[in-house]
Amino acid sequence: MRYWLDSLRMMLGAEPQRLDYTEAAKAQHDFKAEPEQRKLRVAAIREELAHKQTSYKWRKWRWSSIIIINVLFVISYWFDVQLVEGALTASRFIGFHMADLNAALQVVLAQKEILINLVIGIVTVGFLWWLAGGRSFCSWACPYHLVAEFAEMIHLKLADKKIVEDHPLDRRLRIVLWIVFAVLAFVTGYTVFETISPVGILSRALIYGGGLALIWVAVLLLIEIFYIRRFWCRYICPIGLTYGIVGSAGSPVHVEYLLENCLHEGECRKVCLVPHVLEITKKGRAHDVKVAVGADCTRCGMCIEACPTGALNFKIKGLGDLL
Amino acid sequence: MAKQLTPRQQKERRTLLLSALAGSATVALSLMGYIPVLKTLAARLRPPGALAEKAFLASCIKCGQCVQVCPVEAIKLADAGDGFGIGVPYIDARAQACDFSCDAVQCVLACPTGALTHEIDKKEQVRMGLARLDRPDVCLARLGQGFKGVARDIGLHRYVEVDRWNPIGIADHPYDLELCDLCVRECPIENAISLEPMSDDPADKRRTPVVHEACVGCGMCEMICPVDPAAIVIDERKVWGQA
Repeated sequence: MRYWLDSLRMMLGAEPQRLDYTEAAKAQHDFKAEPEQRKLRVAAIREELAHKQTSYKWRKWRWSSIIIINVLFVISYWFDVQLVEGALTASRFIGFHMADLNAALQVVLAQKEILINLVIGIVTVGFLWWLAGGRSFCSWACPYHLVAEFAEMIHLKLADKKIVEDHPLDRRLRIVLWIVFAVLAFVTGYTVFETISPVGILSRALIYGGGLALIWVAVLLLIEIFYIRRFWCRYICPIGLTYGIVGSAGSPVHVEYLLENCLHEGECRKVCLVPHVLEITKKGRAHDVKVAVGADCTRCGMCIEACPTGALNFKIKGLGDLL
Repeated sequence: MAKQLTPRQQKERRTLLLSALAGSATVALSLMGYIPVLKTLAARLRPPGALAEKAFLASCIKCGQCVQVCPVEAIKLADAGDGFGIGVPYIDARAQACDFSCDAVQCVLACPTGALTHEIDKKEQVRMGLARLDRPDVCLARLGQGFKGVARDIGLHRYVEVDRWNPIGIADHPYDLELCDLCVRECPIENAISLEPMSDDPADKRRTPVVHEACVGCGMCEMICPVDPAAIVIDERKVWGQA
């Protein structure tokens, strides 16, 4: 419970807390601190870095998921097959109402009433993404996330060559903006956030054709390449936070950290969009021998791919290991 | 005197400043969407059943389901230039009007938020605006002229006598009329517009289009008018009896 609250606070921008160890965790940490074990671990890390292998076993599924979801919208419209009508903000999936949680929230706050269709859409989508957990909407459905990943790759290449440098922002910015946009919708009676939402803009551009609004998406990507790594997804996007709040409440799917397998070399934190959720992988930080990665996690699986020792894995409650 | 800050504190302060700047810039940019709305730069003809403009912008979830069901593809989604109205549907009647080819109001049924109000279900209940004879001096009927040939080279319209179910191109349906009455002839609403004599002289062929209270403002007359620019136009959201 304490860890769960801490993970929520972390999503809202707080720094990770140190929690008291369980007995098993304390034994593990003590064992790992033995000089002999340290030596062994250092050797193992050297060995691992010398034969570094990158796996993309989850990325191919994840990218396919983003592409399929967004292409289904396009196909449905262009070939009139009525599979997923609408855009990512709201749609009908084989006739069933679906609504993006944040877009619906903005509309409800601005309009101050709600239609049963929208309620159905919100409940359906909310339940589906709660099942998937965390901010899985972001890395498994959001079209902006995909293009931002490409921008991030360019950023990292350039950063490697010391051409650009990341300028991290304060993570509390996201909850501040979430509140600001909610208040603006309520007070002005307009869906202010939608004006700049790259998710809505991109989704509509894919389906109905692009326009001037795409310039804003391009500007965002340029900021992310040259100045602030993953600017939008990390520090701004209220959509991500809305899904994060829904997905935080005891969702069955999560990434599980096994203290025993971990060498603490930090490969996972380098690739993570939200590295604060992997604070538990630092030496001496995990409070238990098995820890569910926190609420802000997008379930993208990149840490799982990066981990050479299988310390991180997808887990479904009540089911065995997922790979 | 200013306190001496450690490098770490300086860095933290820079981060905080940059974050405040980035956040304010984002909010400021989104609020610029107010400008087109306030200036009503985007006076738009909205699809059938649209709530009053402010409520319409508030309740539209910008998904385009109305766009997808329209058989004549009359509905378009606005771009960034419309500010808060980005992604909100509108109709450019001159390019493609709503001619109720769908037989009901499919866009209203498709709308998930009620921005197109579900309180209407017949085309006669729609109130998008009102037609107005904007340039009487070029109206062919008023000049006593007929019309022969293709009225417009763009646009789709359902000609019930040609195909009960499917709209065809206006360009594929040439006319040969002794007196141009296209706006009346193709109007999808009964008693919305008629041609009235301009004098008591029975030999006077000239007629003037007169818009009646039944007009729903769909824009079919504006689309079909063969004069360019159209002699008859729609005043968006105008209500009968309003000055």
